[in-house]
Amino acid sequence: MEDLARLARKRGNLVLRERILCSARRFFRERGFLEVTTPILSPTVIPEEHIHPVETAAGFLLPSPEIHMKRFLAAGYDRVFQIGPCFRKAERGEQHLPEFTMLEWYRAGEDYHALADDCERLLAAVIESVSGKAVVEYGGNPIDLSPPWPRLTVRQVFLKHAGWDPLEEENPERFERDLTEKVVPVLPRERPVLLFDFPAYEASLARKSPADPRTAERLELFAGGLELANGFSELTDPKEQRRRFEETNERRRARGEKTCPLPEKFLAFLSDLPPCAGIALGIDRLAMLLAGASRIDEVVALAPEDL
Amino acid sequence: MYEAADLRKGLKIQIDGEPYIITDFSFVKPGKGQALYKCRLKNLITGTQFDRSYRSGDRFEPADLDEQEMEFLYHEGNQYCFMNTSTYEQVFMEEEVVGEAKNFLTNNLKVTVSFFQDRPMAITLPTFVDLKVVKADPGVKGDTATGATKPVTMETGYEIHVPLFIEEGETLRLDTRTGQYVSRVKQ
Repeated sequence: MEDLARLARKRGNLVLRERILCSARRFFRERGFLEVTTPILSPTVIPEEHIHPVETAAGFLLPSPEIHMKRFLAAGYDRVFQIGPCFRKAERGEQHLPEFTMLEWYRAGEDYHALADDCERLLAAVIESVSGKAVVEYGGNPIDLSPPWPRLTVRQVFLKHAGWDPLEEENPERFERDLTEKVVPVLPRERPVLLFDFPAYEASLARKSPADPRTAERLELFAGGLELANGFSELTDPKEQRRRFEETNERRRARGEKTCPLPEKFLAFLSDLPPCAGIALGIDRLAMLLAGASRIDEVVALAPEDL
Repeated sequence: MYEAADLRKGLKIQIDGEPYIITDFSFVKPGKGQALYKCRLKNLITGTQFDRSYRSGDRFEPADLDEQEMEFLYHEGNQYCFMNTSTYEQVFMEEEVVGEAKNFLTNNLKVTVSFFQDRPMAITLPTFVDLKVVKADPGVKGDTATGATKPVTMETGYEIHVPLFIEEGETLRLDTRTGQYVSRVKQ
């Protein structure tokens, strides 16, 4: 029974994973966050250009809890978090599973800088509880996870490693290709890196920066070549949001892909959303980093091929 | 026709009329960005390799190959001999063409050999093969939960890392897709 032997060998990583979850929950509770559970099965999703939702006869399996979590903020909850499964069609690779575990949290009255601080403190708390060692080995390199981490702008790293300015040239296709092939592979490996200020055309749900409307207040966290988290200051303007959703659907239609019905309830409560910021962190990827695992399969009990 | 989502290591596709095998594959996708299917492709005729990334929406022709069930007989120098199990016809393949598959070839192993214009070009192995350990240091009694491993040598000369409790003379099941240890095989 290969399957049982494989599962038995994962015990160490599964224990680590459980400790990560426990310490993350403790971290947010201690800071006054309420853990919420929102439905995974949903009649509507947020239209995303490159995320394909799993559609069932009963509705969509959500690719992210965002659509329902923001409703808490509109209703006056100021700090909420959730840990749960997310589904994305046809995503399978060394760092991807079509069903994975996301940690997502929101803060009212704050912007994306607060999320970056949260990430640094969260990792420190998790490390304290799992091993106490801030330096981990990943992909053959030591990474020092202790804060503060380097904070770079997307423009900086693109000018340096891709040789062009993504704010001057609106080119999503080139941006995404170069991010994957030229930028992420050469980001510093000895520390985690926080990338700030994505081009506005690469952030459908983020607020544009008042200082430079060519950028959105979006950040991403990378460590050891792993994309760990993505967050932003939330867009709270329903008109602007509707326009962006329609554009997304338009681009999907042009490529011959399925479009999504607009999430009307979401758009309706968006005007009640206070200034806020939210971020999603992949629990499986964090477990990979702390376990030194090169494949996501090593940190989940059962991969799709095991079923 | 294959779609980008069908691409994987070992798949054989046709580009400009020539057969290629994907020798290395990775799926890369930024959370919000486009998926890239990164392939290392080996031309089955010339042996030349190159890297290419594909995107969703790309389509591929399957390679025009004749596939035969064969049995591995023996190897001498860098020649590997296989026999068609129904016609008993024998063919030789050079070590370079056999590639990494040589790590898993034991006498009478049944494999699929792909021919392009009557020339054997590639071997498809069974997913799991059982091989004997011919050399292993006596490992310290280990805690299996820590995942500690030690190197051993298999009967084909293949070196692999296995859990500490594995001993010389045991038969192990290996996954030929990853080259990794799967389990012990009880004799």
